[in-house]
Amino acid sequence: MSRPEDTLAADIHYDDVEARKYTTSSRIQNIQASMTQRALELLDLKSPSLILDIGCGSGLSGEMLSAVSEEEGGPHVWVGMDVSASMLDVALQRDVEGDLMLADIGQGVPFRAGAFDAAISISAIQWLCNAENSDTSPSGRLSRFFNGLYMSLKRGGMAVCQFYPKNDVQKQMITSAAVKAGFGAGLLEDDPNTKNVKLYLVLTVGSSAVASKGGDITGVVAGMDDVEVQDHRRKGKTGKGEIKKGSKAWIIHKKEQMELKGKIVKATSKYTGRKRRIQF
Amino acid sequence: MKVLTLNFLTCAVKTCKSSSDSFPLHPKDAELASDDVEVNPQLLVNLLPRIDWNALRTTSTELGFPQLPEQPPTAEELGADEKVLKDLHSLLIETQIMEGKLVCGHCGHEYAIREGIANFLLPSHLV
Repeated sequence: MSRPEDTLAADIHYDDVEARKYTTSSRIQNIQASMTQRALELLDLKSPSLILDIGCGSGLSGEMLSAVSEEEGGPHVWVGMDVSASMLDVALQRDVEGDLMLADIGQGVPFRAGAFDAAISISAIQWLCNAENSDTSPSGRLSRFFNGLYMSLKRGGMAVCQFYPKNDVQKQMITSAAVKAGFGAGLLEDDPNTKNVKLYLVLTVGSSAVASKGGDITGVVAGMDDVEVQDHRRKGKTGKGEIKKGSKAWIIHKKEQMELKGKIVKATSKYTGRKRRIQF
Repeated sequence: MKVLTLNFLTCAVKTCKSSSDSFPLHPKDAELASDDVEVNPQLLVNLLPRIDWNALRTTSTELGFPQLPEQPPTAEELGADEKVLKDLHSLLIETQIMEGKLVCGHCGHEYAIREGIANFLLPSHLV
């Protein structure tokens, strides 16, 4: 399938025609609704909260936030940011309840520190990987966005960003930018290895966000069914620092290196690396 | 744009990040509207500790509302006094700025508001 991200900038791609098409397509509406539902499930909000909707578009995801029933901790109040004026125009016509702002998330998130309980983003942040002109770079846009988002969330807050990375490089770029900004980050993959794979970047601010769930990012999905945790973080120290210079392991390692270079190396025996006894 | 949102917005210009004058943004030539929204007491109690009361007092005076008390109401007062709750609700959630400008107190940048949507797009040299 073609990716609009590859050809045009977000504000130019989503013109009046494209914005209307996007919003009235029942297929897109269904997908957006189910992804927003999943994001809300991950956020696990217990009481009415103030939520930032990043790349809110025509308010498809925002509508769901306003519609959360009282028993489930809603209804939430949200503020939406989007770079496409046409999308916001459609949102105005649909009379959504949240506050809308025309802003480019690659320029930062202009809110004061600790403003929001949570943030949600549906199919938006992959746009950050494209730089439209020579003044900006994807890495600069990503770091400005994540730094701004980190600041504007309260301590103990959470963000869930669903995105469509083009390839593993983009996925890596986005997650590492988030970690660099200070977030605790995890990736949730729905329907892996299928055409419909959905990636959710789960971000936490401060350790208290997941303190009630074991203090680790993997705790976010603890109560969910059918979620398998794969932890690729390195455990403890890496191998390199542990070998002491001059030790037997170090000598053997050096001998292997020399052997690979084609040098003649004495065979390793039980005497390798031993101190010679003082004879006299 | 709700007054609640205005209480959280700062100037987006890079050089204003370190300045305390960049918050709150000052509304100029504001046209107001009032929406009917159902009162949500739990939400207001949640939001209360995060609202910058001094900034809210400045904003409400600038928008031509009566002077707010010097101290913010406590959560108990909100629960007990229906009128305090109603007033806060109508100021924060129901009042909307439909047209006008937001001006930064530090750099003087003007953010236009049209049909309730603030334009925070910046030229690249200010980012």
